[in-house]
Amino acid sequence: MFDFRLIVESIPLLVKGAVYTVQVSVLAIVFGLVLGWMLGLVAVSGVRWLRAIAWGYVQFIRGTPLLVQIFLIYFGLPTLGINIPAYWSGVIALGLNSAGFQAEIVRAGIESEAARSIGMSSFQTLMFILVPQTIRRVIPPLTNELITLTKSSSLLSAIAVLELTHAGQAIIARTFAPFEIYAAVAVFYLVLVAALSRGSALLERRVFVNY
Amino acid sequence: MAILRVEHLSKSFGATTVLTDVALTVEKGEILIVIGPSGSGKTTLLRCIHCLEHPDRGTIVLDGVPFGRGDGPGAWRPDPPRELDAKRRRVGFVFQRFNLFANLTALDNVSIGPRRVLGVPAAEARTRAAALLGRLGLAEHAAKLPSQLSGGQQQRVAIARALSMDPLLMLFDEPTSALDPELVDEVLQTMRQLARSGMTMIVVTHELDFAREVGDRVLFMDGGRIVEEGRPEEVFSQPREERTRAFLRRLLRTGAPHHPIDHEAPPRMDPAADRRA
Repeated sequence: MFDFRLIVESIPLLVKGAVYTVQVSVLAIVFGLVLGWMLGLVAVSGVRWLRAIAWGYVQFIRGTPLLVQIFLIYFGLPTLGINIPAYWSGVIALGLNSAGFQAEIVRAGIESEAARSIGMSSFQTLMFILVPQTIRRVIPPLTNELITLTKSSSLLSAIAVLELTHAGQAIIARTFAPFEIYAAVAVFYLVLVAALSRGSALLERRVFVNY
Repeated sequence: MAILRVEHLSKSFGATTVLTDVALTVEKGEILIVIGPSGSGKTTLLRCIHCLEHPDRGTIVLDGVPFGRGDGPGAWRPDPPRELDAKRRRVGFVFQRFNLFANLTALDNVSIGPRRVLGVPAAEARTRAAALLGRLGLAEHAAKLPSQLSGGQQQRVAIARALSMDPLLMLFDEPTSALDPELVDEVLQTMRQLARSGMTMIVVTHELDFAREVGDRVLFMDGGRIVEEGRPEEVFSQPREERTRAFLRRLLRTGAPHHPIDHEAPPRMDPAADRRA
């Protein structure tokens, strides 16, 4: 039988997990945003070896599973004497991952031949076209990215970060009710994602960047 | 006096040769039509003249000022960025796919160049842009975003944007080929108007009626070379070369040559390679 009481009792812990999930995802996307922009700008720069590095990075991130990237940082780095707590390993792994995808978003937004065609310099193109245009243009893909990250952060349960999924697992270990709890966890994700989508739609309408 | 002189222009992308020893001159006020099948190098020729693509070698001189340095057997050396931007300003470019700034209104698309590149005060730039849009019959659309305009209107705004920089020469890269048939006429009408005003233009197009009516001279390109050149009535009615005849027959039969959009762009394999210029 589906036991609703179990779910109700679990809500406080699940809420705590959801808060962690949001924290990790937001930190990761901010980290990814900064690094992704740098990579995206580098990818269209005139410096050949920098471009090669950005390209290699993007290929690595897109070509390997996120879970492997997480394990590399959490289990792999200590071998080199670098110990990062699970929570921050998670943020870093998700951020590095997100940067790879965001670099592509930025790079695609940046290549504006139209700006060059009216004689704008690279700097003018950056200031007057790319930044305003990209901000507006990257909001939808960026919210998609945040939604992806929010869901992907469940993988951090594998390194025992107490985010939503892991909170669910902890409850299940006590209650032996995987169906109820995972269903509740799924609903929590659904609510988070719905809230993010709604927020992005509002933001998109609000942010009309003029030059 | 020739406003544009191109000599020995050659360009390849990797192993693919796109232009071979192309030479042409354009007189002030002249309308030069360029026709040719897909992959014949028309778009690359325009992009080289606009320095969006650097040729491997050759000479491009606009109004007495050379672009880059590429004479002799050595590789092309582009101008330093600042000089390049300044030179590029004197040539207007109209893209196949309009390429308007999606976040700016029609008016801002037309005023941003003068304002940001030429340093015209904001109010004056707007007044001038409004006048330009008015002249092209777009006054009522000034406040709209590109997404609120039809393809034909977008292309006319793109023409206004190029004109806003007061260019010596306007380049059109198949300006109507991305448009629905019923929207082609308004763009051609705008181009006719521009031609009548004395603007020097190079137009890559498959609109033969337009070419015949407006063009002073036609170039037929195939395989990266200029195969035939002459007055429109000569080239269209009595083409000397078999390749020209075959192309025109195909064009007349189908109404338009079969060509996917952006067919002449080099294949994009990786981000490092696609900016090799």
